[in-house]
Amino acid sequence: MMRVQNRGNSQPRWLFPFVLTVICLLSVLPLARLAVTGISSALQGRMGDLLTDAVVWHALYDTLVTSFWGMVAAVILGGAFALLLTLFDIRGKAALGFLFMLPTMIPPQVTALSWIGMTGPSSTLLKALGLAPPLGSPQPLYSIGGIALLFGVQNAPLVFLSLRAGLLALPRDGIEAARLSGASSWQVMKDIILPLSLPGLAAGAAIAFVSCVGNFGIPAILGIPASIYTLPTLIYTKFATFNSGTFGEVSVLSAMIGILSIIGLAVEGRVLRGRDYRVIGLTGQAAVFRMNGWRWFAELGLWLTIVVILVMPVTALVASSLAPAYGVPLNLSTATLHAYEEILFRQSITRTAFTNSISLSLATAFGLLVVTVLTGYFLVRSGSRLAPVLAALAEIPYALPGIVLAVALILLFAAPLPIIGISLYGTTWIILIAYFSSFFAVSLKPVVSAFRQIDPSLEEAARLAGADFCRRLTDIIVPLIAPAAGASVILVFLIACNELTVSALLWSAGTQTLGVAIYNLDDSGSFNLASALSVLVVLMVVAMMLVLETMANRLPKGVVPWRS
Amino acid sequence: MAKLILNHLSKTFHLGGTAAVRDLSLTVREGGFLALLGPSGCGKTTVLRMIAGFEQPTDGSILLGERVLADASEMVPPEHRNMAMVFQSYALWPHMSVAENVGYPLKVRGVSSAKRQAKVLEALSAVRLEAYADRRPADLSGGQRQRVALARCLVTEPDVVLLDEPLANLDRHLRQEMEETFREFHARSGATMIYVTHDQAEAMALATDVAVMSEGRLLQMATPEDLYARPEGRLVGSLVGQGAILTLASSPGDQRQLDWAALKALYEERGMTTAEVLVRPQDVVISADGLPATVSSALFEGERYALRLTLADGQMLRAFSRTPAKVGDQVSVVIHSGWRL
Ligand SMILES: Nc1ncnc2c1ncn2[C@@H]1O[C@H](COP(=O)(O)OP(=O)(O)O)[C@@H](O)[C@H]1O
Ligand SMILES: [Mg+2]
Repeated sequence: MMRVQNRGNSQPRWLFPFVLTVICLLSVLPLARLAVTGISSALQGRMGDLLTDAVVWHALYDTLVTSFWGMVAAVILGGAFALLLTLFDIRGKAALGFLFMLPTMIPPQVTALSWIGMTGPSSTLLKALGLAPPLGSPQPLYSIGGIALLFGVQNAPLVFLSLRAGLLALPRDGIEAARLSGASSWQVMKDIILPLSLPGLAAGAAIAFVSCVGNFGIPAILGIPASIYTLPTLIYTKFATFNSGTFGEVSVLSAMIGILSIIGLAVEGRVLRGRDYRVIGLTGQAAVFRMNGWRWFAELGLWLTIVVILVMPVTALVASSLAPAYGVPLNLSTATLHAYEEILFRQSITRTAFTNSISLSLATAFGLLVVTVLTGYFLVRSGSRLAPVLAALAEIPYALPGIVLAVALILLFAAPLPIIGISLYGTTWIILIAYFSSFFAVSLKPVVSAFRQIDPSLEEAARLAGADFCRRLTDIIVPLIAPAAGASVILVFLIACNELTVSALLWSAGTQTLGVAIYNLDDSGSFNLASALSVLVVLMVVAMMLVLETMANRLPKGVVPWRS
Repeated sequence: MAKLILNHLSKTFHLGGTAAVRDLSLTVREGGFLALLGPSGCGKTTVLRMIAGFEQPTDGSILLGERVLADASEMVPPEHRNMAMVFQSYALWPHMSVAENVGYPLKVRGVSSAKRQAKVLEALSAVRLEAYADRRPADLSGGQRQRVALARCLVTEPDVVLLDEPLANLDRHLRQEMEETFREFHARSGATMIYVTHDQAEAMALATDVAVMSEGRLLQMATPEDLYARPEGRLVGSLVGQGAILTLASSPGDQRQLDWAALKALYEERGMTTAEVLVRPQDVVISADGLPATVSSALFEGERYALRLTLADGQMLRAFSRTPAKVGDQVSVVIHSGWRL
């Protein structure tokens, strides 16, 4: 009879070393490499050159300014939507919430393209409507203000979710008690709701700020033509003009982004200390105030906002993608699907991009699932004191801006791998590794929530039935977490398929992704092709979000990011 | 099969914390039905989980016959113990049908499909659920789920069956029905059963032996009859059956079963040293020339009245009466028998 020294744990012995290795490879190793290069180049005095470079200070200043105003715009937009949709008797809340969440899921470079299509002298939509400004007038979005505005639109849903989670956790009976004691709606709002919901708002603002600091797609498309550089786009241009000092410089620049992000995340952690809104309290029923006569007004405002931030840009994008030859105005008879034909059937670059993005995303989504099911099992079931530390380490690569991770991986893989002597730099593999590292936390979260919901006795019963770990995994555990695993695959696929930041630095000829293809098409002036590709991407995003939406009732709370 | 031996078993969850189970030794005979009885939090589940192999003892050992199942350094994992358990939450797998749930232990053991089907049907008919084989657990009532869990235990002919408060989630009517099912199950399977409960009536009605626990320690293990008639110590006395505990002068000698004459003498003696005596309500009879007492409460229970009486010195007694009594009535009581704790 076999007897083992296993303290009654249900996990096989190899699980802990496996989880530890995975987390070290995906999280600790790249970041440690980045830190080493940054520190060593600082010690070699390169830091001095960089820090006296006015371009760097300018980029830092522009990053802070655009991120700050982007955060302000996100707080105004997201805050208003969260308050109105959570606390008041607005009709059509589900539809409004879903549409409001769309801009975060649409890739930033697509958002930027669609807004460009809506404004400026070359807008196909404005020309078709006869509203276009005269030729030669500037594109207003190629500016600090334009970047900040789009940052705001893109990240408003982050503030929305954070504040909403806070509002849903408000004690309903406390509010009712205040109203019974004679307080007016306004007084209740001022004295109870606002103070209690401030942490959620502040946390949302902090996450929005971090997200702005790391954003690459928007400043790349809006800023570079106007010679406005933020830290991520500066890193990108440094790689474009590669020289011997580049590695040292970009590692210091990424460290700056990293530090700004850590400050933001620390603020978030601090205001939310002791209350994890994202896990608890989501089911709470918030107090609903009646708006009476004001309801029409509020609903009109909400829908108008949706029209401006979503419907109009997407319409402009579609219009641009249907644009006929240059100079011919767009109407029903001149509209052409030529751009779609071109990207789907003629251009080998876009077809390669489709193949690359889809296969990379599928490989990432399913490959990560295998890893995260085992990791999630360990984190939830082991009871190990190391589990929270490992969980936090797994979060870091996703919490940090993608550009930082991309730089870290370039540093890690620039030289050929030791022992086998193969270089990954410039191959698809480096993008795949970056995706694994970057989206590990995205894949892990639904799986961990599902594990937390499973009664441990279900697995214990299987142990007594005689099933060993692999058997339990296939017969009991995987079927029980299947819906969450499905959600995890879709989310990772969606995000990986749309990302630009990581692949913008890591691609080379033949390994371009969809994000890179859109950016390059726009960069080379093929605006209609870029728009057509973007329309396809938006359709894909909406389709996948709808799939998740229909699955939402069978998933643990908090798995579908825009649902709460 | 063989007897199950717990040998000086201890369990501490956190280093330096208080022990959930302390130095617990007992032997369950082969085919026995042991009830582990004790208040909530006294460590019953922990003992059960150590027997199943989900927890490792921090000290002591568990043996099945000659075979050491677990000690502080090594243990046989639950997969290899040939035990079965009915969990408080039933732990039925929601994605499998009733038949698949019951047949799973056989499937894991590689039993052929035809043989499996026959065994599953046999187990399901033992709990009268043949008609539900293709349902999902979610479509069953609480009592039916319980019976599926039981059928799943039955199917592999386990050496030991463990039950952790299996009736706690059921209503009173279903409990009686399930108690009957458990007794049948025990008679039929001949398995050694260990049944955890905090309900003394359940323990007494079902088990062949009852082990009373408190704060991680074993207080007494005996047959239900023995436990009722001759409890060791105040805790067991107050936990098992109804009764009142009187503090009387301690009697000389080691006679523990006391009759009316002895009790009367001790009550009136008021010695320096005292002893506690357990008096069951059916031994307290209202009749002339007994001890004077006042009725402090009277509860109509249908077939009789349950009385609380206060003796002249303020001590409390319980008694039954066929005739109505009012609060405040003066009565005189004779105590036919008492047990010195
Ligand atoms: N996994 C555990 N970790 C820490 N303490 C535990 C654990 N399981 C039980 N305990 C503690 O051990 C004691 C006994 O618990 P338990 O065996 O569940 O009691 P019972 O089943 O008799 O109600 C309790 O104080 C409980 O808090
Ligand atoms: Mg218990």
